Amino acid sequence: MNTIFTQYAWLVPLFPLAAFVLLTAFGRGFRGPGIVIGTLGSLASFLLALLILFERIGAEAEDYRDGFTWLDVGQMQVTIGYEVTNLSTLMLVIVTLVGFLVHVYSMGYMKNDERITVFYSYLSLFTFSMLGLVLADNLLALYIFWELVGVCSFLLIGFWFTRPEARAAAKKAFIVTRIGDAGLFLGIVLLYWQMPNHALDFASIQNVFEGQPGAIAAGMTTLIALLIFLGAVGKSGQFPLHVWLPDAMEGPTPVSALIHAATMVAAGVYLVARTFDIFEASQAAMDTVAYIGAFTAIFAATIATVQNDIKRILAYSTVSQLGYMMLGLGLGSLTGGIFHLMTHAFFKAMLFLAAGNVIHALHVQNVQEMGGLRSRMRVTAVVFGVGVLAISGIPPLSGFWSKDAILHTALQENTALFVVGLAAAFLTAFYMARLFFLVFWGKPRSEAAVNAQEQPWVMTVPLIILAIPAVLAGGIETPWNNNLGKWLSGGEGAFHTGGGLVMVVSAAVGALGIYVSWLVFAKGTIAKDTVSARLPWLIRLLEKSFYLDGLYKIVVVRGLQLLGLLLMAIDKIVIAGAVRLVGSTAVLLGRGGTRLQNGQVQTYGVITLLGLVLLLIVIVGRRLWS
Amino acid sequence: MLASYLTMAAILFCIGLYGALTKRNAVIVLLSIELMLNAANLNLVAFSKYGLAPSLKGQIFSLFSITVGAAEAAVGIAVLIALFRARGSVNVDDYDEMRR
Repeated sequence: MNTIFTQYAWLVPLFPLAAFVLLTAFGRGFRGPGIVIGTLGSLASFLLALLILFERIGAEAEDYRDGFTWLDVGQMQVTIGYEVTNLSTLMLVIVTLVGFLVHVYSMGYMKNDERITVFYSYLSLFTFSMLGLVLADNLLALYIFWELVGVCSFLLIGFWFTRPEARAAAKKAFIVTRIGDAGLFLGIVLLYWQMPNHALDFASIQNVFEGQPGAIAAGMTTLIALLIFLGAVGKSGQFPLHVWLPDAMEGPTPVSALIHAATMVAAGVYLVARTFDIFEASQAAMDTVAYIGAFTAIFAATIATVQNDIKRILAYSTVSQLGYMMLGLGLGSLTGGIFHLMTHAFFKAMLFLAAGNVIHALHVQNVQEMGGLRSRMRVTAVVFGVGVLAISGIPPLSGFWSKDAILHTALQENTALFVVGLAAAFLTAFYMARLFFLVFWGKPRSEAAVNAQEQPWVMTVPLIILAIPAVLAGGIETPWNNNLGKWLSGGEGAFHTGGGLVMVVSAAVGALGIYVSWLVFAKGTIAKDTVSARLPWLIRLLEKSFYLDGLYKIVVVRGLQLLGLLLMAIDKIVIAGAVRLVGSTAVLLGRGGTRLQNGQVQTYGVITLLGLVLLLIVIVGRRLWS
Repeated sequence: MLASYLTMAAILFCIGLYGALTKRNAVIVLLSIELMLNAANLNLVAFSKYGLAPSLKGQIFSLFSITVGAAEAAVGIAVLIALFRARGSVNVDDYDEMRR
């Protein structure tokens, strides 16, 4: 096998890193060249990733790994290195493609921002971290990049830090994902403790969990898998740690497209896929993944149906689709999960960038104030429509095939989850079509919408480029061919044959969702308040996202605040009190001293006398004592 | 016999000490100091008569001491008059030069 480009895979993350260093070094006065450097860095990564992909397609590609010993302490040896597998190659291409297009798009979207070079440096740092995460050959290195990615997400959500909402959202994202990160870290520590030779690289993990069943106790395996999954839950916005993702939409829209739709949130899915052998060794862990995924998918989809902020709808949609990926993984379909990750990355990035065009044109995010944009923003409308059809699972667009792969597995494995998946698919089609009709159909409902204009080419061309894989990417894995599955699993890999029923049902459900939405929001046959008139509490519940934020505020935040207050009281009273006591003693002594020194000879005489008496008492008393 | 002389001297000394430390008038303080000096002289005389080796040395020494005390009192009075001229007061509370 040829490894000309593969062995240079370590260069892929280094281009954005170099761009980051340059941008940081030259600072803010570097506007024009800074943007070019950032974009060129991501373009170079994309080209190299593409070359690696072409090299690995077709031939039986061996995994390529290289690295060096990082720490050598006693018996412990920590290596750091990179590993190129077909899975990571696919991720490389996805991340670099979306990253590059977002870099291009940001030229238009962030054009008038003061700190555009800072923005580009953060984007480059993020791209570097994400590529490092993808290439990492062991869990420890992955964890380092995992945290770096989290930091970048924090920085970019809070990019407009003068807005208090952005600051709050950035903090929330960081803290909520941290809960998951703590779980992941515990999982890594447990794994380190349990693995023979303390090996943490993915190859050894695969050997142990797949090759030697029973090497690690069943309960321990489940625990490790669940802890790793907790990390994925935090990063990928799964229930119950999904609350940060909708708030993360406070960041600039290109960031939402890159980080909070296409790449970083997929890191959780990638993590589960990368450590899939651990999960496969424990049925309980697999079930947890599947049920949490399915629940998240339907849960977020229901919330998305009533939201009014264009980006929040897309955010809940992302949460829901990530649940879909987890569902696929939990049911044992690595191919399905990763396939959906890939197609979702394309069409969701596209949808977000299209939404960015709308926001940039209108400076409004509320869909109720939009409408009628299809004649004013033709390209954006078409691209958005393609994205809606793709995510709704209308054949032959990419979303249909990836959803079909997951649903088919679900039907074979667990009928209940299949039904949940179908319901989520219906809701997805419904709310995405609602979004589309509210934004692009009908009459403009605000001044801004009337005056909207199509955006310049830097902001439309990336959409058109993304539309190509969003439409076509489904072709690599269909019920008739199994290219992706074979490629990912290295040869074998049983895949569904037949499955005509699932295809028909899922396409029908998607079409039905769009049709219902059309009746309600475009044609008006069904009144918009049909549900809200009869079940107002349900709508309110959904609008408030099931009051989860409030619940967390009461239970977790208040609880922690109480604990904090208690600790603060201890600190203030006990510790600071002791310190103050020492201080005030010295002050009092000093004050007494100054009072004694009053210049009166008689006072000095009295004190001398007292001292003498004291001395006498001590001497005499000692004699009496002994 | 010695004990009663010593007690007498101790009482005298204490009265002198008390006066020196509490009286506000500088002249009385000076007088109190003389009182303490005399208590010491009394001790000298008592020991020279009833001590372990009685001799006249103690009594002669006390004469010296009285002379020195007189000289000292003269110097003290002189200082006091100078102070009174400078400060316009014989109240010891006003003499707080040592604080400055």
